[in-house]
Amino acid sequence: MDVNSQYRLYKMQYRLAPLYFLLPALILFSIFVIFPIGQSIWLSFHSWDGFGSATWVGLKNYINLSQDERFLASLKNNGLWLVLMMLAPVFGLALSLFLNQEIRGMRTIKSLFFFPFVINLVVIGLVFSWFYNPDLGLLALLFRMVGLEPIPILADENLATYGIIIAALWPQTAYCLILYLTGLTGISSQLVEAGKIDGAGGLSMFRHIILPQLRPATIVAVTVTVIGSLRSFDLIAIMTAGGPWGSSYVLAYHMYDEAIFNFKMGYGAAISVILFLVMVVFIAFFLKNILKSEK
Amino acid sequence: MFPTPLSKRSPYLKPLYLITVLAVLIMFLLPLAAILLTSIRPGSDITAGNYWGIPSRFALAENYGEVFNPARSPMLRYFINSTLITLPAVFFSILISSMAGFALAVYRFKGRIALYAMFIAGNFIPYQILMIPVRTMFVRFGLFDTIFGLALFHTAFQTGFATFFLRNFIVELPISLVESARVEGASEIRIFRSVILPLLRPALASLGVLLFTFVWNDFFWALTLVQSDKARPITFGLSALKGQWLISWNLIAAGSVVAALPSVLVFFILQKQFIAGLTLGGVKE
Repeated sequence: MDVNSQYRLYKMQYRLAPLYFLLPALILFSIFVIFPIGQSIWLSFHSWDGFGSATWVGLKNYINLSQDERFLASLKNNGLWLVLMMLAPVFGLALSLFLNQEIRGMRTIKSLFFFPFVINLVVIGLVFSWFYNPDLGLLALLFRMVGLEPIPILADENLATYGIIIAALWPQTAYCLILYLTGLTGISSQLVEAGKIDGAGGLSMFRHIILPQLRPATIVAVTVTVIGSLRSFDLIAIMTAGGPWGSSYVLAYHMYDEAIFNFKMGYGAAISVILFLVMVVFIAFFLKNILKSEK
Repeated sequence: MFPTPLSKRSPYLKPLYLITVLAVLIMFLLPLAAILLTSIRPGSDITAGNYWGIPSRFALAENYGEVFNPARSPMLRYFINSTLITLPAVFFSILISSMAGFALAVYRFKGRIALYAMFIAGNFIPYQILMIPVRTMFVRFGLFDTIFGLALFHTAFQTGFATFFLRNFIVELPISLVESARVEGASEIRIFRSVILPLLRPALASLGVLLFTFVWNDFFWALTLVQSDKARPITFGLSALKGQWLISWNLIAAGSVVAALPSVLVFFILQKQFIAGLTLGGVKE
C-alpha cells in the first residue's frame, strides 16, 4: 500500500469514527426505545386485540378515555402522587441538614440512611403491605395499644393511594437525601462566613445563602421525583393491584391492565400516549436545564 | 459548613445530637429491621401470633434453607436468572455506551446535541409507551419468556442513561490527550481503547453499580416480557411466591432479604462509587 492510500484510509477512519462508535447504541436504542414510541402512537388510533389485524378507529380511543371513569380516577391519582411525592425532596433536605455533621461514625450512619434507595420496590411493597395489615401489622399493633380499632388502609377506597404513596416516599427520601448531602459538602464556606458577618442567622442564612447554592441538587431531586411519581407502577401492582374497586389506579397501571388483561391494545396505547405527553413536559424541562450549558 | 458544626457549640449538645440521630435512624429503618427479624422467626411464632415480639427461637438456617431449597421453592432458580440477566446487561450496555459517549463527547459533528438529548429523554419516558410494541416484537422473534430477551432489552434501555453518564464524564477529560495520540498516528479505535478506556475506569465502576441496581430491581419488564419460572427474575419471582406462601411471613421475609441483598451489598461495598455516580449522573452544573 502506498503512502497516499494509507493516508486516505487513515483519514476515512477518522471521518467515519462518530458513525461506527455510535452505531451499536443507536441500533439498539432505536429498535427498543425510539421505534416503539412511534408504534404506540400509531396503535393508539386503532382497535386491536393483540392477535388479528388492527382496525383504524381514529380518535375513538381518546374520546372513550374522556368518558372512562377509571381513566379519570387514574388521572386524579397521578395528580395526588405528583403533589405528595414532592414531600421527598423536602424530607430529604431536612434530613440532610440534620445529618450534615462531622462526628466519628457519622459516615456509617449516613449510609444507613441511604440504602433504602437501592432496595427493590417489590420488597418495599411487601414490607409496607405487612406493616399496614389490619390483623398482624405493626400499625394495627400501635392502634390497639392506644385502644383504637385498626384501619385496613390498603382495603379502604379513600386511603389506599395514600398508603402506597407513603411507601414510595421512603426510598425517594433516601435518594433526595444523598443528593442534598452531596450538595451541602459543596457549599462555599466563604459565603457562609460572609453571611455571618452580615448578621445572617440560622433561618435567613438558610434561605438566602444555602438554598440558592443547593439549586442544582434541588432541580435534580424535583425532576427525578416528578418523573418517578408519574412512572409509579411496581408498588401499586404489589400492594393493591389497583384496588379496592380501582381506587388506587394510576395511568401506568390502568394501561397495563387494559392491555394485558382486557386485550384492548389500542385503548391501552392511548393511555400510554397520554402519560407520555404529560411526562414530555417534565422531560423537556429537565433537558433544557442540562443542555443549557452545552453549545 | 452548614449547619454550624457541633464542635463549635456547647459540648453537651453532642451526646444529645447522637441520641436523636440514632432514634431517627431506628425509625427510618424500622421496616427493614422488622423484615430481618421476621426472616429469622420460626413459622410457629407466626401461627401463634407472635409477629413483632422476640422470636421464640433462632430459625435463620431453617427459613433461608427452605427458601433456597430447590425442591421446595424456585427461589434459587430466580436468583440465578436475575444474575444471568443483570450481569450481561450491565456489561454490554457499558460497552456500547462508552463507545457512544466517546463519539458524542469527542467529535464535533452535526446533530450530536440532538442525539445526546435523545439518549437522555429516552431514559425518562414511561415504560408503558414501549410495552405493547416491545412485547409484540418479543413474541414474534422468539424472545418472549427468555433470559436472553430480557437481558437484551435492559441492555438497550440502559444505554440511554449510560451514554448520558459517560458522555458527561468524557467531556471533562483533557482533549489534548486525544489530539496528541492522533498526531502520533494512532487510529480512532486505538485512541478509544488505549487512551480513553483506561481513564474511564472510575466512571465505569460508578456506572456499573448504578446499572446493577436498576436492572436487578426491575419488576415491570419482568412482568411483561416473562411468564414462566425458567426466565423469571427474583423480583417477579418473589411477588409470585407471595401467593404461594400466603401467611408464611417468615418465608416471605427471608425471600425479600435474599431479593434485596445483592443491590444492598453492592451499595455498601462500592458506596463511594455509587454516590459519585448518582452525583455525576445528576447534580452537574
